[in-house]
Amino acid sequence: MENNLIISKGKVIAIVGNLVEAVADGPLIQNGICFFLHNGKEIMGEVIKTQGNKAYAQVFETTRGFRTGIEVFFSGHMLEVSLGPGMLTRNYDGLQNDLDKMEGMFLEPGARTFPLDKESVWPFTPLAETGQKVIAGDWLGEVPEYHVQHKIMAPFKLEGEYKLSWIAEKGEHKITDIVARLTNDEGEEIEVNMIQTWPVKLPITVYREKRRPGTLFETGIRVIDTMNPILEGGTGFIPGPFGSGKTVLQHALAKQAAADVVIIAACGERANEVVEIFTEFPHLDDPRTGRKLVERTVIIANTSNMPVAAREASVYTAMTIAEYYRAMGLKTLLLADSTSRWAQALREMSNRMEELPGPDAFPMDLSAIIANYYSRAGFTVQNNGKSGSITFIGTVSPAGGNLLEPVTEATKKVARCFFALSQNRADSKRYPAIDPIESYSKYLEYDEYISFAKQEIDENWIEKIDFVKNFMISGQEINEQINILGDDGVPVEYHETFWKAELIDFAILQQDAFDDIDCNTPPDRQRYMMDKVIKIVQTDFGFDDFNRVRNFFKRVINLFKQMNYSEFNSEKFSAYENELDQIINLKTVEV
Amino acid sequence: MKPGAFQKIYCRLTNITKATCTLEAEGVGYEEMAYVQGRAAQVVKIAGNKVTLQIFEGTEGLRNDAEIIFTGKTPMLPLSEHMNGRFFDAFGQPIDGLIAVEGRAYPIGGPSVNPVRRKQPSELIATGIAGIDLNNTLVSGQKIPFFTDPDQPYNQVLALIALRAKVDKIILGGMGLTRDDYLFFKNTFEQGYGESKIIGFINTTDKSPVERLLIPDMALAAAEHFAVEKNEKVLVLLTDMTQYANALSIVANRMDQIPSKDSMPGSLYSDLSKIYEKAVQFPDGGNITILAVTTLSGGDITHAVPDNTGYITEGQLFLRRSPEVNKVIIDPFRSLSRLKQLVIGKVTRKDHPQVMNAAIRLYADAANSKTKLENGFELSDYDRRVLLFAEDYSRNILAIDVKLETNEMLDETWKLFGKYMTEDEAGMKQEFVDLYWNVKQIV
Repeated sequence: MENNLIISKGKVIAIVGNLVEAVADGPLIQNGICFFLHNGKEIMGEVIKTQGNKAYAQVFETTRGFRTGIEVFFSGHMLEVSLGPGMLTRNYDGLQNDLDKMEGMFLEPGARTFPLDKESVWPFTPLAETGQKVIAGDWLGEVPEYHVQHKIMAPFKLEGEYKLSWIAEKGEHKITDIVARLTNDEGEEIEVNMIQTWPVKLPITVYREKRRPGTLFETGIRVIDTMNPILEGGTGFIPGPFGSGKTVLQHALAKQAAADVVIIAACGERANEVVEIFTEFPHLDDPRTGRKLVERTVIIANTSNMPVAAREASVYTAMTIAEYYRAMGLKTLLLADSTSRWAQALREMSNRMEELPGPDAFPMDLSAIIANYYSRAGFTVQNNGKSGSITFIGTVSPAGGNLLEPVTEATKKVARCFFALSQNRADSKRYPAIDPIESYSKYLEYDEYISFAKQEIDENWIEKIDFVKNFMISGQEINEQINILGDDGVPVEYHETFWKAELIDFAILQQDAFDDIDCNTPPDRQRYMMDKVIKIVQTDFGFDDFNRVRNFFKRVINLFKQMNYSEFNSEKFSAYENELDQIINLKTVEV
Repeated sequence: MKPGAFQKIYCRLTNITKATCTLEAEGVGYEEMAYVQGRAAQVVKIAGNKVTLQIFEGTEGLRNDAEIIFTGKTPMLPLSEHMNGRFFDAFGQPIDGLIAVEGRAYPIGGPSVNPVRRKQPSELIATGIAGIDLNNTLVSGQKIPFFTDPDQPYNQVLALIALRAKVDKIILGGMGLTRDDYLFFKNTFEQGYGESKIIGFINTTDKSPVERLLIPDMALAAAEHFAVEKNEKVLVLLTDMTQYANALSIVANRMDQIPSKDSMPGSLYSDLSKIYEKAVQFPDGGNITILAVTTLSGGDITHAVPDNTGYITEGQLFLRRSPEVNKVIIDPFRSLSRLKQLVIGKVTRKDHPQVMNAAIRLYADAANSKTKLENGFELSDYDRRVLLFAEDYSRNILAIDVKLETNEMLDETWKLFGKYMTEDEAGMKQEFVDLYWNVKQIV
């Protein structure tokens, strides 16, 4: 609590759960941060409603032991994060406390730690020249942060045009050192160091324009990249009942995606899942740069047992950090697991405030809140013409696996990719359990992507995807008919169609996230396998008996699986491929 | 309860409901414990000088001029080594007829472990049950419930696993247990271990349902003490969490909260996760593993209690009777252990993941073949073989009463593959097929 920022004082008059009511002696700010003095500690809260001189605050920590009459100090600012070099590899809580700096085994109430390191020294290189005109977000200099050239930018809060009156020379600086001075026409001077603060609920909009996404954002997951592509700066969401593989999929994305920076918001989920990231990422390599994964990752962990009110803050903290790195012209990936927990936190608070409930007791403005949040992602062009992006993928945990609940419905309206996880596929261990028929990517209709795919992937790529998708639908219809009419009750060609759809499923859609090779398929390999599968699907085999169809395709599928498990174009891979080509040519297998 | 030196005493209740009462009082702390006419109570709401108390034992027969004593403390539990072999009620008072335990009092429902101080769980807990060890391997530090209809022998299975697991301490949290089931646990553990490592916190059905709300916090405060202070491996059994959730909904209802799905409070997810997230692997070797029971109604897992539980816990184990072999099994389809990836194929034999998946895939095929059979279609040769496979698999491997070492489970499954299937049908990595397909020759 910095005393110069306190605008009023007050006393607590009521407590229910983490909603605390207080009477203030001065002005109040909606969403302003306040501090309760309890047992010699400052417990942080946020004003979420004011009524006359009364403030209703959600407290970010436990209110156990709070009494009426305890003192509260209201600050003049909203919840802010501190942005600067040194955020990569860090593990923050929802309020951006550095968890590694916290003492002890348990998270004690009132414990706060600064998110950056004030002691370390960074080699600063100026990028701007004295006399140059500067507006908010312009790049003034840079320091190397692992593989990233971390830009030191003109403060995002800067209003109007300034002139760079002085800039530090190339050399070593701490983040608190002044590295630039800006002056405007009125003669006001601003000193710039390497730390910026920004209120998390407001988007950082220091870009020239936001464009429609147009290029593929590679994830290495076949059913996404090939069948339901997400684009750089795009949005997608993964709804699914528990046990359908949401977390494994999110972790696969965090490990493999072609991003410069990955921000993971673990919002109201299991602590052990974050522990898995803490434990594994320092040892795993980024498949593209060969650097350790941890070096491109920032984790915001507000796990389900951590204070509920800070859950909402955690997703905004994560988005703001992503926007900060985007403004440096970087490709960022933001993952939020799970946005439903955030919505539930909003519901708990709305309930305590005795607001009139919307559907399923969620607050009425839920869909507006979700839409607003998703709109902060995107592909941007900075003032200097450099582009950056936030690709955002959120998970949704629908109650009872029912996709007609408010959070899923609100998200479906705003996210462009829908990766629906199916319980049936998960039950039969067809992972990733992304439903090939329900799922979609609206980007397949974007002219920008259609021309990208034509140029970069394959002249007929979109047609091929359509063909495979439609074939999966025929396969499913025929499977239902076989189940109703029996194996003998349908023509043999039906069996052939069914098994071809199974081949697509096993060879393209299914992927073993726990196999070192199969887990990540680069685009050229995806294209190669797609062509190989389509060629078989388009061949007319003319079987005369359904048992022979099954035996044939079981062998074909098995060979494809062995190929998927082998290094692309290795000897092993070629051996399986030769065997496959032989039986395809013979159109039969010996049993 | 005699008032202590600094305790505040009042004697006028302004409002009494079935579970709560309200009075005018000053300087009271949120979540502070109090006694109303000798009954334990806790502050759940403060509005000006109006304080609302939740009375754990219920409000029947309460006078509105009752004596109300505030203790100035949040709920505490005295803990010591002398608790082994003992059974207590929701307030930590003995119910086994023996004298009360002296010990240092610890607050219950304390703060969360800093996630960066946690260690990744990596120790396998063997149970000898293939539905767990083979298909849904249990790892220390894990939290996992049984999803079960009330007619399944879930408490017996829980006791069986607790007796087989190699842990230092077993803490039983019983919520809404029938007296018969309480005595079953007591007798079973006494025969299994004598007084060595069991501690029970029990709310039986003859007590007030609201008392149950204290049971998980009591059990887990004790577990945390032994895991942190003594570096012990603690297994916590919580049965039945559905009864716990019902008590939550009663209190929410009395406090005029707007119910969300299935009449449960909107905070159900947070309430349950606060309990389950106490499962942890500490860096110094101590750990807390939680094995819970969530009873279902007619197998409905979309109900708010199992649904929220499933999103919190690291998997779930479905208990059901297999009609083909008339034995209780852990359903291979809907059951899942999320932490098994940390040990299978690493602590256990390399072929474990592939064998597990292949067997379950064939078991799923058998379910389809069975549907065909029931619908009167002619079965193919494959249908017949896969049905035979599934029957042997249920009887010889999956049934709860079969006890095997993990390697024996793997070998038995390979034998069944060899007996009924071709290599293509099993569809596994060739290196394992080469090693184990003719398992009889190599073992």
